[in-house]
Amino acid sequence: MKFETLKTSDRRISPLIQVKSSCGCSDPANNTISEKGALTPHYISGYISIGAESIPVVSTKLSARDKWETVKARISSFRMHYSVKPGLYAAGEPDDSSDVIVTSNYKMSFDAVRSSLQGMNVWILVLDTKGINVWCAAGKGTFGTSELLNRLSRVRLGEVVTHKKIIVPQLGAPGIDSGEVRRKSGFSVLYGPVRSEDLKKYIADGYKCNDDMRRVRFDIIDRLILTPIELRQILLKFHYFALFTVIFFGLTPEGIIFRDSIYKGYIFIFAGLLSVFAGAFFTPVFLPFIPFRSFALKGWVAGSAFFAGVLYLTGAAATHNTFLVLSVMVLFPLLSSYLALQFTGATTFTSLSGVKKEIKLAFPVYIAGTALSFIFLVIYKISDWGLI
Amino acid sequence: MIYLKDIATLQVFPEKCTGCGRCMEVCPHAVFKLENRKVSIVSKDRCMECGACEKNCDFGAIFVKAGVGCAAAVINGIIKGTEPNCDCSGSSGTCC
Repeated sequence: MKFETLKTSDRRISPLIQVKSSCGCSDPANNTISEKGALTPHYISGYISIGAESIPVVSTKLSARDKWETVKARISSFRMHYSVKPGLYAAGEPDDSSDVIVTSNYKMSFDAVRSSLQGMNVWILVLDTKGINVWCAAGKGTFGTSELLNRLSRVRLGEVVTHKKIIVPQLGAPGIDSGEVRRKSGFSVLYGPVRSEDLKKYIADGYKCNDDMRRVRFDIIDRLILTPIELRQILLKFHYFALFTVIFFGLTPEGIIFRDSIYKGYIFIFAGLLSVFAGAFFTPVFLPFIPFRSFALKGWVAGSAFFAGVLYLTGAAATHNTFLVLSVMVLFPLLSSYLALQFTGATTFTSLSGVKKEIKLAFPVYIAGTALSFIFLVIYKISDWGLI
Repeated sequence: MIYLKDIATLQVFPEKCTGCGRCMEVCPHAVFKLENRKVSIVSKDRCMECGACEKNCDFGAIFVKAGVGCAAAVINGIIKGTEPNCDCSGSSGTCC
């Protein structure tokens, strides 16, 4: 197929999306994620007319395509362009007394909301969060007071419904000043539950959440789902490390010998992969079971445990150069630590103050450890060349 | 799960609190409790400094230095010399 760059300032209409459709999921012409074009997106089942406006009605059932795209968004950069057009949508057959549910324009968030509304008649107000989920966008301020006020007036919500309340997801609260929204638009913000699956119960109970509906969870499945993206981002940079290894271990006074790259460097490649596994997969998944509260320490403990285990099982300490083993044992648990620290961004409970403190304490150790490991590595190299 | 001890910047000023309960509604970690029509902090270590309570308190009764608890954002901020920001939606493709 031909890849043509679309000339548009709207990044959401991405040529990448069209390229990516060559994965075989569907015809590229039907695969535009943004709806600037004339095509009706597949999740729109019809239209409701309100005055001169026609408002799209969304399907409350997710199709196989929605589910496949969710998987793609979980494992690849597909998620960076996975958005819907901001504005007002309908679920069921809402009228002027129906509830209004606010969400972000990340397609996965939008899907979570609409699939929770089966059998209900409500309006969905989608804010322009640049394709980012509600909580992250609220943290950045794009799911925020000014965008909400702007969107309320753009869709003229006051002419669509006769009541004065909107249901905003609780996790949108870091970006929304509900007092200001009320003063400037007249709409009262009701904070709905954390998870859209509780929306039905929340509305049925008279806009009330129980304690559980207000709490954020972060169980093992939640953590597991996040690891493919973490691993992907690291492994995308792994070739730099592999290149360094091939050159360093292949380097001899006579030039680079690739046989040496492999026979002597394999231990480093293996160690690199093991530390990625320990820091970016094992630590996130088994987070509460690893000692210490600090992520840097958790990652270091996990990494050290894996390396100590491998060293013990293989007896590598006896068969390999001591300085090479020392270099590995210093460097790679620290790499696991660094990768575990990166996972703070994906968690639901780490604070800015805490992360700042961790970085302040951990980075000097990372730098010193890397330097020490490199010194060991150089000593190994010198002894390998037979100079000492 | 609980993060580092005694690190959150969260503060409540009881003299300004009217006991409306809005902060308890928006807090994702049940950090607050209401007693005698005043809010107090049950567990400061559960606070992730998202800032929802401060932003939604009409009476200025809560202070927290809000931000994202994300190492990549903090490192980004240090490199660029700005406040921590997770505005990494560019080419790198890494984000919360």
